[in-house]
Amino acid sequence: MAVRNRGQGAWGRVLPPLAVIALLVSAWWLLVLGTHSAIFPTPWQVVTATIELVRDGTLWGHIGASLLRVGSGFGLAVLFAVPLGLWMGWVQGAYATLNPVFQILRPISPIAWFLIFISSVFPMVLQTTAGVHTIERRYLRAAENFGVSRSTLFRRVVIPAVLPQVIVGMRIGLGVAWLVVVAAEMIALRSGLGYLIIDSRNAGNRYDLVIAGMIIIGLIGLSLDGAMRLLEGLRIVRWRYAH
Amino acid sequence: MPTKISVQGLRKAFNTDQGLLQVVDGLDFEVADGEFVAIVGPSGCGKTTLMNMLAGFDLPDEGSVMIDGVRAVRPGAKGILISQHGSVFPWLTVRQNLMFGLDGRPVREQQALADHYAAIVGLKGFEQSYPHELSGGMLKRAELARALVVKPEILYMDEPFSALDALMSLRMRNELLRILAEERHTVVLITHDVEEAIHLADRIFVLSGRPTRIQATFEVPFRHPRKLPGAAVQELREAILRELGA
Repeated sequence: MAVRNRGQGAWGRVLPPLAVIALLVSAWWLLVLGTHSAIFPTPWQVVTATIELVRDGTLWGHIGASLLRVGSGFGLAVLFAVPLGLWMGWVQGAYATLNPVFQILRPISPIAWFLIFISSVFPMVLQTTAGVHTIERRYLRAAENFGVSRSTLFRRVVIPAVLPQVIVGMRIGLGVAWLVVVAAEMIALRSGLGYLIIDSRNAGNRYDLVIAGMIIIGLIGLSLDGAMRLLEGLRIVRWRYAH
Repeated sequence: MPTKISVQGLRKAFNTDQGLLQVVDGLDFEVADGEFVAIVGPSGCGKTTLMNMLAGFDLPDEGSVMIDGVRAVRPGAKGILISQHGSVFPWLTVRQNLMFGLDGRPVREQQALADHYAAIVGLKGFEQSYPHELSGGMLKRAELARALVVKPEILYMDEPFSALDALMSLRMRNELLRILAEERHTVVLITHDVEEAIHLADRIFVLSGRPTRIQATFEVPFRHPRKLPGAAVQELREAILRELGA
């Protein structure tokens, strides 16, 4: 199977998902035309709505507002979560004390907390902690054997060993943060893509704009994840994926 | 020659679901400074447990391991353990791995020493490579070099070459002998390969099944380089295999 797929090259990977997307768009189009829906826009109306948003400049403002919120909330969360996760993973007492609290808080809807920071902190803390716990014993023993200082142990063994898990945590965290920012903007803010959607509906049932906003949100989420995945290609973590 | 390692009345048991399992049951032996001792025994007899106690990773229930007359209670750079599974850090390059144990010295000196030992084990040109870019044999060389670079007085080798194919294992043995001829180390080698033990060691201990104790001791009187297919070697090999019940 694997061999046959390799023969198809890049087209073999791109074509099937494109076909599915084309199929969905056609079905959407046919349904809207067939039901003579007054509310639901056709794909073409969504495209013109997007062009309209780009032309009058509001789209960039909303995208910028959303990205700024995610960027600052998520950035702070990384700075807070990674050291905390390392500490909880390394010091048994810290883990025993804090882990139950984190496990209780984690499933509470982050929308209620209303902070992107909070929403992305939990996956990153827990992923980093788990990363420390799963460092293979043979490496820790080798480090112990050479009798190195604690700082070298951290710098040369613990942190590089955990880094791939930190990146996984960041991917999850950023994904959640993006969901949360849109939801938060729908509820309580006056800018951003979430606000654009709600405002378009409230102000005049502009469902073409609503759907354009949804698609843009999806595409940006995909790009954010893609950017995080680029981190997996860094030389210091490539060992984790090179097998 | 002065005694390097002195083991007295060593006992160790583990708690298992089936109750207390006695693994090492009263071991006494001595290893002289610069001596190469091989320990062979049936699988699961507690060889690795013994090695962990020698290297200071585990404490015995009873008895003691003395290194230069001092009780071994924790691992240290005086005796480096090379285990079967290997522990070259995959996130560091070969050079960084070799520099790891040289922590605290000037970086320039670390690098020079690392590259010197990389060359000794035949890894010249691979200093910047990551472990996943190396073959199994090269990985073993890196592990050996990382141990040698800190100039340990003792090398503890727990089936170091068992994961290699026969040819590579033979080549690694010859490399090891060549290095040992230049730098004197005391070596304790655990192996299930009788031929490897005869090829390398000055003395061979045969361990019994669990709970383990020393069942027989053989001197290996042949000079290096040893010609393995000789008649006297065959005789020794068969005597050891008889002790192992093969």
